[in-house]
Amino acid sequence: MPGEIYITASSGISQHRVFKNQLPAYDNPDADMPGFLMAAYHHFGIKYPKFYKMDHLCKLGWLASEVLLKDSFDELRYQPEEMGIILANASSSLDADLKYFESTKEFASPALFVYTLPNIVIGEICIKHKFKGENAFFIFEAFDADFMEKYVRNLINSNILQACICGWVELIGEEYRAVLFLVEKARGPGDHEPEFTQQGIMLFTQENLNKIYHLENG
Amino acid sequence: MNAPVFIAGVGAISAIGNNSAECLVALENEQPGMGEMVYLESLHSKTLPVAEVKLDNETLAQRLGLSAVISRTAMLSMMAAKEALENAGIPDLTAFRTGFISANTVGGMDRTEQFFAGFLADNKNGRLRDIVHHECGYITELVADSLGIRNYVSTISTACSSSANSIFYAARLIRNNILDVVIAGGTDALTKFTLNGFNTLMILDQEFCRPFDENRKGLNLGEGAGYVVLVSESVAAMLKSAPACKLSGYCNANDAYHQTASSPDGTGSFLAMKGALERSRLAADDIDYINLHGTGTQNNDIAEGTAIRRLFGPQYPKMSSTKSFTGHTLGASGGLEAVFSALAIREQIIYPNLRLQTPMKELPFIPEKGLIKNSGVKHVLSNSFGFGGNCSSLIFSKI
Amino acid sequence: MDKLIQDLKVQIIAQLNLQDLKPEDIGDDQPLFVEGLGLDSIDALELIVLLQKQYKIKLSNAEDGPKVFRSVRTMAEYIMEHQPQIS
Repeated sequence: MPGEIYITASSGISQHRVFKNQLPAYDNPDADMPGFLMAAYHHFGIKYPKFYKMDHLCKLGWLASEVLLKDSFDELRYQPEEMGIILANASSSLDADLKYFESTKEFASPALFVYTLPNIVIGEICIKHKFKGENAFFIFEAFDADFMEKYVRNLINSNILQACICGWVELIGEEYRAVLFLVEKARGPGDHEPEFTQQGIMLFTQENLNKIYHLENG
Repeated sequence: MNAPVFIAGVGAISAIGNNSAECLVALENEQPGMGEMVYLESLHSKTLPVAEVKLDNETLAQRLGLSAVISRTAMLSMMAAKEALENAGIPDLTAFRTGFISANTVGGMDRTEQFFAGFLADNKNGRLRDIVHHECGYITELVADSLGIRNYVSTISTACSSSANSIFYAARLIRNNILDVVIAGGTDALTKFTLNGFNTLMILDQEFCRPFDENRKGLNLGEGAGYVVLVSESVAAMLKSAPACKLSGYCNANDAYHQTASSPDGTGSFLAMKGALERSRLAADDIDYINLHGTGTQNNDIAEGTAIRRLFGPQYPKMSSTKSFTGHTLGASGGLEAVFSALAIREQIIYPNLRLQTPMKELPFIPEKGLIKNSGVKHVLSNSFGFGGNCSSLIFSKI
Repeated sequence: MDKLIQDLKVQIIAQLNLQDLKPEDIGDDQPLFVEGLGLDSIDALELIVLLQKQYKIKLSNAEDGPKVFRSVRTMAEYIMEHQPQIS
């Protein structure tokens, strides 16, 4: 329906597993967190040398965005400033903060300091996919579907964004979980583009966000 | 959706004053707040000037009526947020749906640093999970509790544009009839962590910073907090003193170029300023004053300047970077500069850009070197750009 | 000098997390930044850390960076100049 907002794709990474559109896409039960992220990167056959430089939070969020967008998104449909990213987590950039702090005992690493802000993960995704629209990072105790749905719906209904990646990217120590949603608006009766006809797309509602979040969370 | 959102009150604390009135006096008298470190303990205390709030933690706690010292980030936030609320003079806050949206980048890092030292020596000294409560969200909760605000509390963390983002988020909550009153802005205390980090990036000036000067060498770190009280039209009508300005436009964009560096043509800054103008339905030549992001780094000032040239040339509004007074207060800067923008409208003044000697050769305009009184300023654009490519512009307009 | 150049290549790959590269992929005179290896401003800062960590050389003026870090050979020359005991 024109004007209706849909979740056109979803992805999830946690507990040694990767999901795409609620289906298992990769698993590696034996790997520790850094090993798992690296193995998943190689598994999906992506070539992006900057990946190696990212901190763990960025690797997690960036990888989830690659899985999310692959075969599901046509960036050329939108102007760069019409595409945005709204993310949240609980532990901010604490994982990187600790690593940077450890490095300061010997030689403080500028490359580690760069990642001591949670919104750098948004920057990494924006750089890869040339998203130049509104972006924000919120700190919550837990994933809040009510907040996310209202916030993103407002951005799209106000024509600030036409497409938005939103979700949860949390990592601390060995615990990690990312669940991302691609949210787009059907543009009109003639809108027969693949993402609106394929199986698995869902209305952008709180219930559906929660349903996918809990499923892709394992 | 386009109902006006009014600025009913302001509150600030920074190196140039413990409240907004003191800050204003320092701005008018061209008194910057940088100097040798007094409260922060650092190996760099003799080499790197910083802009510290001139109160120690014990005095801050005492002034706030706290029984013990808590994170400096939270105490600075409480000082400024309380001033903003008092300044707004809303008779009965409990009669309205009230929110507190605050930004910070360091959280309780000043306290966390102590934890880290013990934890890294022996990881039985505490659980990693525990320090989550030293993080950004907890600071906001602490302050919201002290203000008695429970309806809506939220924390934004998008680096140095965080508190500008909290201000337009607040405006949206009012426009969408979710809240009536929102205290929005940000806070950050100086910590060793940020000082050492910015030092490794080699963007700290060992002298007082010189934003938009050809020979600029980097930024000075500062600390502080700044909040504005945003209210709906109906709340504004009940106030004893009518608000002097409103938030008329805002926009956020991503530079999509590099984790920390701005793109050479300032794409993100350009999109943010252009979007804010469109949203406010103003033309570029309606803007009377730009409160620059103006950190004093090579990279920021040329990117921001290039974006301004693209958007405003050949007629330029007056401009200045008040970071030449307060240093770069990171997560607080957008909030502090929103307060300064509102005060520029109320007082009809334009602040000087201190220590500007040699204008940048690439740019066709020169920020203001001296204070301008009776400026006739109606519309102020305030820029806040952050790492991660996050760029925000706010427009405040005289009523 | 040749050994220093070889060592530097290995150290650069480790310091900058260039995991897809082998030492032989980096030419002695290949530009390290932008059009060459595509390094950026943060990599430049990490190279300063590398000089400090491995060679005890402090490059205090960031403006010297572009000259010193033009290629692996210019880096090696700078090290030789500032620490002549290494050969």
